[in-house]
Amino acid sequence: MAEIKKDSQRNKTPRTPAPEQNPDVRKKNFQEVSLGYTPAMAQLEASRCIQCKKPKCVIGCPVRVAIPDFIKQVAEGDFLEAARIIKESNALPSVTGRVCPQEDQCEKHCVIGIKGEPLAIGKLERFVADYERIHSEVKIIELPPPTGKKIAIIGAGPAGLAAAGDLAKLGHEVVIFEALHKPGGVLFYGIPEFRLPKEILEAELDYLKRLGIEIKVNYVIGKIKTLDELMGEDGFNAIFIGTGAGLPYFLDIPGENLNGVYSANEFLTRINLMHAWEFPVFDTPIHHHKVFAVIGGGNTALDAARTALRLPTTEKVMLIYRRSRDELPARLEEVEHAEAEGIEFHYLASPVDIKGANGWVSEIVCQKMELVEPDASGRKHPRPVENSAFHLKTDAVIIALGSGVNPLIAKSASDLQTDSHGHIELADPDINLTSRPGVFAGGDIVTGAATVISAMGAGKKAAHGIHNYVMSL
Amino acid sequence: MFKILKNTQLAPQVFHYLLHAPDIAKKALPGQFVIIRLDETGERIPITISDSDPIQGTLTFYVQAVGKTSLEMSHLKAGDFILDVVGPLGNPSQIDLFGTVVLIGGGFGIAAIHPIARALTQAGNKTISILGARTEELVILENEMITASTSVHVVTDDGSHGTKGLVTDILKKMIEKKEPIDRVIAIGPLVMMKAVTNLTRPYNIPTLVSMNPIMIDGTGMCGACRVTVGGEMKFACVDGPEFDGHAVDFEGLLNRLKTYISEETEAKEKYLKDTGGKCRIVKVSQIYG
Repeated sequence: MAEIKKDSQRNKTPRTPAPEQNPDVRKKNFQEVSLGYTPAMAQLEASRCIQCKKPKCVIGCPVRVAIPDFIKQVAEGDFLEAARIIKESNALPSVTGRVCPQEDQCEKHCVIGIKGEPLAIGKLERFVADYERIHSEVKIIELPPPTGKKIAIIGAGPAGLAAAGDLAKLGHEVVIFEALHKPGGVLFYGIPEFRLPKEILEAELDYLKRLGIEIKVNYVIGKIKTLDELMGEDGFNAIFIGTGAGLPYFLDIPGENLNGVYSANEFLTRINLMHAWEFPVFDTPIHHHKVFAVIGGGNTALDAARTALRLPTTEKVMLIYRRSRDELPARLEEVEHAEAEGIEFHYLASPVDIKGANGWVSEIVCQKMELVEPDASGRKHPRPVENSAFHLKTDAVIIALGSGVNPLIAKSASDLQTDSHGHIELADPDINLTSRPGVFAGGDIVTGAATVISAMGAGKKAAHGIHNYVMSL
Repeated sequence: MFKILKNTQLAPQVFHYLLHAPDIAKKALPGQFVIIRLDETGERIPITISDSDPIQGTLTFYVQAVGKTSLEMSHLKAGDFILDVVGPLGNPSQIDLFGTVVLIGGGFGIAAIHPIARALTQAGNKTISILGARTEELVILENEMITASTSVHVVTDDGSHGTKGLVTDILKKMIEKKEPIDRVIAIGPLVMMKAVTNLTRPYNIPTLVSMNPIMIDGTGMCGACRVTVGGEMKFACVDGPEFDGHAVDFEGLLNRLKTYISEETEAKEKYLKDTGGKCRIVKVSQIYG
């Protein structure tokens, strides 16, 4: 065993970097950017953990993974035991190890991060999950006897999958209804292959299916069935709604209906779900643009920009954001990756007009912004600078400003209370219960656009509430 | 997997399908559509549901074989399967007692107007259907429309069947004769729907048109199917597909429908080359024109 180091020494040990594909190579392929730790790297990094008695990292984790416990197993080389520990609380570790904003969650609270660099918890979680998938028959945890209770999950995204996993592990019969032809929600249609390979998502979904969960694709609840029918003739005892974000926001400026203007949802769905980059082998096309302007500064904007860069005819990708680099909502790691790949960042700029020629985008007119005192969101407020308009030549514009809500469920169930934006209101936020008995909800449909892991946290919380509810029936 | 029970050719490019889709058939209403994906490499395309039988568990729809997917589909036989079918999507047509309703089906749009005509007739309306096409063989479902409507007019561009002229000629005559019209519903090529709305606008006759823009998910996620209606952005999949024709920005939609013309042509040519197909096909521009 490695010699136990004093805490002061550990603090000074630098974080173990994970190898990455070279930016000049990766910017023209869709393979994963981060290559992950080797076993030796993982053990070295895990040995930096000081095993706090009251671990703050766990508090920072929305699904409360027993972080010090699994890290200890990694340090000792028992990677399969580490995987077992993570899966007690997290059904999708190879996903969250890749897409969680760890720097704002577990790693933000890491004690060794106060004086030095925090432990690379996310990279270790990813390593453990990948190791288990590659090196062993992924074990199914022992399931309790069936409870005889049936639960419907609407939407196979992060919230629904997390809820489904926990409920199946408690012995309930779980059926997931998914509107698209593939389960995964934003993990499938939104997050690109180079950040989350679909093969890994498929493996995680396979694990859930082996827990006995049934996934029905092509089922739009609210259209093909109502909540009443699910709880009536179909005999479900409870429902979880995790239908996620809905219609994309646009800018409400002239020119948004020109050809070459896409919502990030459309652009990413064409590529990720429909394989448009492999047209004509796949039937869904994406037009061959040379220059893209992406509007927004969140993870979706970065995903769209870096996806656009990887298309064969792309020469330049610009990202236009109305605040400065410090305020970018996207993860720093993604920003650095994008910078290394050559995305051109235009900060303190806001589009005012999209100009076209022959029906197609030809340029985008922006105005300069300046930052003034923080607004309600806590970020500095951008204010237009007078007479500062400037033009950027581009032939495509991708708008990544977030999404509103999906209206289909609420439209079909009038007794489901929603707020003025259409988000489902919770009658009991502690268990994610809606205004309707037996119907729970969580994720973006409740909170508006947020992160994968916060949706998973909501799914888990609801699962707990659903379990207590159905067992009391 | 959804089994095709029947596929028959109705006109040079128009095919009639009967599909086993029991859950959708239970819920489908006139005006709604499904999105299908033929196979693992397929695209998602919206198709109007023309009829549904909840007891037999079947859907009827008509597809014009003009692009790669619809051509490929035209070769499917009874017993073959479609990988993905999702629906019923979109809002159903409003079926009420309006009085006199004029239903206009342009070419292939007749297939979409038929279930609405039937439902409105059953609801007690006087339904006057106007069917228009370029030439006789493209006037589809004429007998079905006669059964479904109070009366039927047929017009063709070349005069090979019915009256020579355009659907708007008939409508114009009705308006000029001051025949009472409480509502007009027009489905067909955009230019036809636009011409109908221009004709009824001065008379304030409520006129609905059905939009069929580029669509991917069809459930209110991607935003591709946006249509400007009354200066506001609407989404055909969740807000439509029917809209107030007097408020629709047809020019904007006409332009957006041209986005993938070159790719559609490329895919179709590749498909025909790969399969050695010798289909009689119309130019992509003719669908949108």
